[in-house]
Amino acid sequence: MTTSSKRARWGVALLSSLALVAAACGSDAKSAATTAVPATAAPTTAAPADTQAPADTQAPAGTEAPAETEAPAGTEAPAATDAPAGTDAPAGTEVPGATDYHWTPDAGVLAGAEGQVNLIAWAGYVEDGSNDAAYDWVTPFQDLTGCKVNTKLGNTSDEMVQLMQSGEYDGVSASGDATNRLIVGGDVVAIDTAKLPSYADVFDGLKLKPWNSVDGKPFGMPHGRGANLLVYNTEAFAESAPDSWGVLFTSGNPSDGAVSVYDSPIYIADAALYLMATQPDLGITNPYALDQAQFDAAIALLDQQKALVGQYWGVYTDQQAALEGGTVLAGTTWQVIVNLAKANGATIDAVKPVEGATGWSDTWMIAAKAANPNCMYLWMDWIASPWANAMVAEWFGEAPANSKSCGLTSDPEHCATYHADDEAFWTDVWYWQTATEECVDGRTDTKCVPYTEWVNAWNKLRA
Amino acid sequence: MNLSRAARWVLRGATWLGLAFLYTPLIVVAVLSFNTATSLSWPPKGLTLDWWRKAWKVDGPSDALVNSLQVAVVATIIALLLGTLAAFAMQRFTFFGRSSLSFLLVLPIALPGIVTAVALQNSFSRTIDLGLFEFRIGFGFHSLVIAHATFCVVVAYNNVIARLRRSSANLLEASADLGAHASQTFRLVTFPLVRSALLAGGILAFALSFDEIIVTTFTAGSGFETLPQWIFANISRPNNVPLVNVMATFVMLVSIPLAWMAQRLSDGDGIGTGR
Amino acid sequence: MSERTPVGGHSAPLRGVNRLFRRHRRLGLAALLTPPVFWLVVIYIASLGLLIGAAMFRLDPRSHKPTTELTTENLRTAFTDWDFVNVVVRSVFVAATVTVLCLVIALPMAFYISKIAKPWARRGLIVAVLMPLWAGYLVKGYAWKAMLRPASKFGIDKDGGFLASVFGWTPGFGMVAVILALTYLWLPYMVLPIYAGLDRLPPSLLDASGDLGARPLRTFRSVIVPMLVPSIAAGSIFTFSLSLGDYIVPKVVTEGKIRLLGNLIESTLLAPNQPLAAAFTLWPLMIIITYLIGMKRLGAFESL
Repeated sequence: MTTSSKRARWGVALLSSLALVAAACGSDAKSAATTAVPATAAPTTAAPADTQAPADTQAPAGTEAPAETEAPAGTEAPAATDAPAGTDAPAGTEVPGATDYHWTPDAGVLAGAEGQVNLIAWAGYVEDGSNDAAYDWVTPFQDLTGCKVNTKLGNTSDEMVQLMQSGEYDGVSASGDATNRLIVGGDVVAIDTAKLPSYADVFDGLKLKPWNSVDGKPFGMPHGRGANLLVYNTEAFAESAPDSWGVLFTSGNPSDGAVSVYDSPIYIADAALYLMATQPDLGITNPYALDQAQFDAAIALLDQQKALVGQYWGVYTDQQAALEGGTVLAGTTWQVIVNLAKANGATIDAVKPVEGATGWSDTWMIAAKAANPNCMYLWMDWIASPWANAMVAEWFGEAPANSKSCGLTSDPEHCATYHADDEAFWTDVWYWQTATEECVDGRTDTKCVPYTEWVNAWNKLRA
Repeated sequence: MNLSRAARWVLRGATWLGLAFLYTPLIVVAVLSFNTATSLSWPPKGLTLDWWRKAWKVDGPSDALVNSLQVAVVATIIALLLGTLAAFAMQRFTFFGRSSLSFLLVLPIALPGIVTAVALQNSFSRTIDLGLFEFRIGFGFHSLVIAHATFCVVVAYNNVIARLRRSSANLLEASADLGAHASQTFRLVTFPLVRSALLAGGILAFALSFDEIIVTTFTAGSGFETLPQWIFANISRPNNVPLVNVMATFVMLVSIPLAWMAQRLSDGDGIGTGR
Repeated sequence: MSERTPVGGHSAPLRGVNRLFRRHRRLGLAALLTPPVFWLVVIYIASLGLLIGAAMFRLDPRSHKPTTELTTENLRTAFTDWDFVNVVVRSVFVAATVTVLCLVIALPMAFYISKIAKPWARRGLIVAVLMPLWAGYLVKGYAWKAMLRPASKFGIDKDGGFLASVFGWTPGFGMVAVILALTYLWLPYMVLPIYAGLDRLPPSLLDASGDLGARPLRTFRSVIVPMLVPSIAAGSIFTFSLSLGDYIVPKVVTEGKIRLLGNLIESTLLAPNQPLAAAFTLWPLMIIITYLIGMKRLGAFESL
């Protein structure tokens, strides 16, 4: 035999062993996945892809009937296969030493659970303990429902809209600047609150708002709200802590050249908000309702800001790393980033500046063509339930949506700190929303710049 | 060629500088996988094996590794099949559009990944109505295989055609003259001839698929994660940086014998590497 | 070849197929050609066609979905707006600079490995050049970000990355960083075809040039370089097109400050504004096809 064919044999052996390994591991993974599916899923799982329908008929035909009889089995089966711990402590029952999750899955929905759910979420909204073992509300959900949670992080609202349009996902944690596009585009449908017991406990200030409802019909489960904050390095700003967005827009600060800006067209609203306070003669009353002159002023401000910027962050971890490394000294941020960086020892602090802030009020929405509608319903109900909502609110650093969460946070002052029920606090927080040609501040004498133009302007600015 | 000593030294110096350029970042990554601190600053604060131990215990990277292996193996097999057929057609026949074929083959790799990615995502997400029935390719394991195979074909093709060009057509004629059927000629002459080229092409196609991120990002869909996707999701998390360094170093070490073999097998064929 | 199997012993139907193929060469050709051409045309070319078509539709500003209404506005924006053309010019500049840098570094390396290094060292050296291709693209990109990091007075740890602490200097996260990182990433793709081209050059040719009185530099210029053109062209296809379309590494090593064509396409696609993103992709499509046609003339396709 020639040496070349010897070599070739070696190669064949290696490649085929790789293939074998892959195949073996693959079948393993597959069998694991199948065991995770609740045993009772049988008759109702076959929720066809086109289950979208008006809210009240949402449930795939037949879910209700078998539910009564199968529910008890359903609650135990997934727990038994997935995690032995789950069997000992079913939701709602007090077992010494076990966490009380303050949630029982709706039996009717659980009977139809598909075994998995594909979510698009903001960073920090779907934690499985891999960032911090104490913050895990995915594992209990999986244990209680048998729905395996797959998460795709969206870095911006725009990206979430794009992902939802692909039709591959069951639901999304949409901010107000994504929700209306999704509703108009038919990508999401109204919810049936009868299947969402947690909905009743949600603060009234978050229900049936323009960004999460149409004609009095709710289009999703409120998740919580918060403000975008000004973060600064406490060593660099040792002399005086900043309390104005001016740090990011004017030169002469310790952070010049080391400013971190959110890389999304929605950031134009932050410039408008600053102009609203500093240049009243422009007449801006709402940072999402900008006529051409106001819009141009905001863009001019952002253009001038470029010289100060050291980072345009899209992925939250990039900003976290830069805050820890000290290459960024001030910027616009989310509370969760501040918490993570501080935990690693970064010398930073965050503040809601005097001008007010842009912010978000988020809503979990279900896809019109959700392949796993029942698991999505269970997730929406779970994430807004008292315990899980308290966990996510504390982890992300936001106000919870569920009024009962306030009693369950590890910091008893959490709801007060984040003004969960203090509507007055939110008056100068401008929740993200989509700019449209009809001015959202109610002006009828002029046309406003629609969001598609915001995108173009941002791309040109960044070019 | 008679070069002066000085010229030889200059060339040698340039080569070693080039290699230093190629290896410095890799060595930095490897060393930092033993760093006690999670930061990427230099020099490391101290040395530890903790990250290597931890990497074996975490599920994420190993699941992703398996997914990547599966996609790469299937895509490579398809690419080898298609590339070999194309190479034989190019070598044996003259036909209308022959010169466009090589253009067609190289296009998926020469066009920027983002163009391929956007194009494939767009068409995979459409529902195609063929009158009798309609279908939608959708996203998942299969869409990744289709996408990866598409840009891997050229690698297989390059390796096989290079081997065919070097080998004499006389061999095949001799085989036929000796009374062999086409299938026998293939089994006894042609296949042994291209076998090592197939392997070299296969290894390169495998590497190409294994490391792809741009097309993968747009055609993977939900709930399916390859190793580069896992790395992308974790590499910027400050706390996971050392874990990523471990995975990267591990993959590099494993790939040394593969790289060695790919090069030996394709000796003198031209490279046929691609991306 | 040591093994020989006697001819014959095939089943009749197989012989029939053989005969069929020998008699009808066209049939053989069709059998060989159909699968790859079908795959590439149906999956790839058709997708590209659909993409180009997508650029012709108007975007619904309320849902951010393409409508069925035709428009040339996207094309106009993509091709006449100076801000966007500027990005294209910058991207071509980066791709060209990276290609030239790769060539400058690769030529002496390939020449040394192929013509000067001891034969036993050659394979080791060429594998050494090839190996970095197997280290992950993302890992290499982030490795550069780590190496480029400047020291900071205010960080958790105040040391900079490798460059800052070893050389005391770093170009920081700017244009230099992009060019450096891309040159690094694609360099092996330039070295390998040039090495292969040099390997095919008969030594007698160089000796002949020397015997005719040419100095090494003259031999290099008049004999070697002209014969290497196809190899260089082949290598440049990789360095140029891979640099032109990259968006992850430019984003990573500049902290998002510098945007190239790939970033523009990505951010527009995620806006989501698929029609405009499709219009932007026509830029790289045209540039690369023109480039490929030019390189094909130089014989690049025989040297890939």
